[in-house]
Amino acid sequence: MVGRKHTVAMAPGRRSEIALTLVVLAVPLCLSLWLLSMVGTVREHGSLEFALPWVPSLGVSLDFLVDGLSLLFALLISGIGVFVTLYAGSYLAGHALLRRFYLSLLLFMLGMLGLVLAGNLITLFVFWEVTTIASYLLIGFDHSSETARRAALQALLVTALGGLCLLAGLVLLGMVVGSYDLSTVLGQGEIVRSHGLYGPILILVLLGTFAKSAQVPLHFWLPNAMAAPTPVSAYLHSATMVKAGIYLIARLHPVLGYTDLWMWTLTLVGAGTAVIAAVLALRQTDLKLALAYTTVVALGTLTMFLGSEASVAIAAAMTFILVHSFYKAALFMVVGIIDHQAGTRELGSLGGLAARLPVTFIAALAAGLSMAGFPPFLGFIGKELKYEGALAIASEPLLVAGAAVFANALMVAVAATVVLKPFWGRLPAGLRSTREATPGLLAGPLLLAGLGLTFGLAPGLVAESLVQPAVTAVLGRPETVKLKLWHGINLPFFLSVVTLLLGTTIFLGQRRLRSVFDRLARLLPVSADHSWDRALALFRHLATVQTRFLQHGILRHYLAVVFASVAIVLLWVLAEGGVLSMGLSWPELTVKEWAALVLVLTGALFATTSRAPLAAICSLGALGVGIALIYLFFGAPDVAITQLLVETLFLVLVAMTLHRLPVLSGAHIAGFRPWDALLALLVGSAVSLTMLAVLEQPFTSPTRSFFEQAAVAQAYGRNIVNVILVDFRALDTFGEVLVVLVAAVGAASLLGQRLRGGKAAGGKRQP
Amino acid sequence: MNSIILQGATRLLVALILLFSVYMLLRGHNQPGGGFIAGLIAAAAFILYALAWGMAAARASLRVAPARLAAAGALLAAAAGSLAALAGLPPFTGLWLFIGGSETAKGIPISNVLLFDTGIYLAVVGSVLTLFFVLEED
Repeated sequence: MVGRKHTVAMAPGRRSEIALTLVVLAVPLCLSLWLLSMVGTVREHGSLEFALPWVPSLGVSLDFLVDGLSLLFALLISGIGVFVTLYAGSYLAGHALLRRFYLSLLLFMLGMLGLVLAGNLITLFVFWEVTTIASYLLIGFDHSSETARRAALQALLVTALGGLCLLAGLVLLGMVVGSYDLSTVLGQGEIVRSHGLYGPILILVLLGTFAKSAQVPLHFWLPNAMAAPTPVSAYLHSATMVKAGIYLIARLHPVLGYTDLWMWTLTLVGAGTAVIAAVLALRQTDLKLALAYTTVVALGTLTMFLGSEASVAIAAAMTFILVHSFYKAALFMVVGIIDHQAGTRELGSLGGLAARLPVTFIAALAAGLSMAGFPPFLGFIGKELKYEGALAIASEPLLVAGAAVFANALMVAVAATVVLKPFWGRLPAGLRSTREATPGLLAGPLLLAGLGLTFGLAPGLVAESLVQPAVTAVLGRPETVKLKLWHGINLPFFLSVVTLLLGTTIFLGQRRLRSVFDRLARLLPVSADHSWDRALALFRHLATVQTRFLQHGILRHYLAVVFASVAIVLLWVLAEGGVLSMGLSWPELTVKEWAALVLVLTGALFATTSRAPLAAICSLGALGVGIALIYLFFGAPDVAITQLLVETLFLVLVAMTLHRLPVLSGAHIAGFRPWDALLALLVGSAVSLTMLAVLEQPFTSPTRSFFEQAAVAQAYGRNIVNVILVDFRALDTFGEVLVVLVAAVGAASLLGQRLRGGKAAGGKRQP
Repeated sequence: MNSIILQGATRLLVALILLFSVYMLLRGHNQPGGGFIAGLIAAAAFILYALAWGMAAARASLRVAPARLAAAGALLAAAAGSLAALAGLPPFTGLWLFIGGSETAKGIPISNVLLFDTGIYLAVVGSVLTLFFVLEED
């Protein structure tokens, strides 16, 4: 609400905004260059490690591991980060909260980089959660919109729920291996796979990654997250957030992979996700949503390929990560430009924009061709490699290849939709005044689409430097990867042709297909999104019910529960320990000690039977004095004095408080209350028995003699109690005094507020 | 409470009790007493005064807001503890100086421990009175 209203009024000068963008831009730019400088070293040596002790007592250190896999991801994160920052600077120009946006974006970027470069399982998890929180802030950036808030919360809850599973899985993994160090863990695949906990570890870790990477049935948060500003979608859903799960699957491939469970889970979930999301993508009429669902398709495909151990399948996955990041970020930015310039991204109201947005159209075309897998774009190489990989998967080549062809055909159709529908055809009257975007908006998509073309023409640029080390890291064995644009006429090429034909058919028959899908969707009983809402509502209901049950607000019942719990636990422990059967002897007391005892007992009796509150308090005071006397008789004058003083002050304070309390109705106060009596007896006997049991134990603490000797020698004081308080344990005393202070100020402000509130209601309010 | 006897007696008693509280504070290191006990005694003196002469009079006689007194006490105790840290020792270590001390005579002992105990004294007085003054306000 605030943001939109004051956008113009509160916007800082355009010049300072540009300066801000440049400063922010420097971060990913420097990181990219630094990472690029490591490419050669990583290719030669395999990996680089940096270490910084963090929590040495828990074996957690801030280790960073740069190998082929992490370098590939880190370069994508920082590289696409450059383009996204550039784009955001123009897209959100004049937005009142631009600074906050950049802050969240940088936090997210650093979280992602930390995640992929982490060399320790715990460090990795911490950064994983950093990205979850930062993505919450980014998705909910438009916080005045309820849709955005809901989407942000949904993304947060789904991924954080997965994160908890992941944490459990990683801790189990660390326990099995005996170390959280990533390079150690990666070398222990045999031990982990043969361990009894392998199944639970795998399931927990995969749940975490599936939630993050939006695999069916946890995919629903991703399309909803499109409520975010387009730069965020371009960043989170092309190269970063959703790829975090893919990264972790690839990262742990050498440890958890190579089993039937791994292979089947990933293949089936991945294939299912790819196919279902492809169908859903086709149903969308919102350009951004269509792209969001193709992201889910891509994630499913990647998961499916990572289930395999064939090197060409892994090479296909790694290449596809590159391909997808380039074209998807570019296309999101293109859709953002259309939205920004034309004011809508609904398919039905768009058309003929090619003449109005010529440069945008070129970027869209280049990115779309890469997405559809046309030569000579990198997308073509990626697709050929995918089919080669699919056919190389020994167990289920037909299933994987079939899913891949189907998913790719739909990608072709969606690419055609996104690229052709808004730009071709008749220009609607409302869009006549549309103007081409500024260079700041255009630079990102143009450069990204250009990269897709460059790497397609010269695949050698990325094959040996990036893809090959990544494949080596995923499989844990040296691999050679050659990327070629032209493979000759073979089975993958044939599948490519089939894909294009099928895709074109789907594109042409899109309207009819969409209505068929819509009819099918209506037959489904629930959607995942609705089930989520229902589950959340159920959870809230449960919370309400149990809160009402536990937090009823009746002070007397709270006290009863606390006292009963104390008594039961104490008695249970005493019974377990077998100390209840101790021998008791009648104590030999002097007359004055008997007198003190009688005072205590009489006080207690009067306090419980008295009908007037004030009399009850005074009886309690007598009881306290009796106890103080007992302290005095048994040689603790300091404690006795304190007890006496506290008793006096307590009496005054309670009398004052009672004076303020409303008069309780007689039924609760007066008369014999058997339950309260029983409870009192129970607590009293439990505490007494505990004290007796404690006294049974021989007292051989060395502290007493130490203090007796040290008090005068070291602290120059003869009052041992006070010497302990102000010298040996001065820090404790200081802490206790602070507690007293805070309690007094807190209680005073609460009470004072109440009193002032009462006065204000009466009409007067003192300043 | 309008009792002339109480009011008259209180004038004398409060002075005596406050004096006694300082005595308890100072003797605490060697005999029963100390900052906490002395603080409670001093608080009791002001409460007695408030009961006899009313809350406003008690507040006026204290001159500073009790919460400030408490905060000052806590700061004083912290400062006393930090003195040791400044001397390069662990915080809250006792530092002693015997003025005029020699082989035979002990001299007058001065230490940050007394400073610390005084801080405790002030913090206790302030805290108790903060609570008390709020209860009786109307």
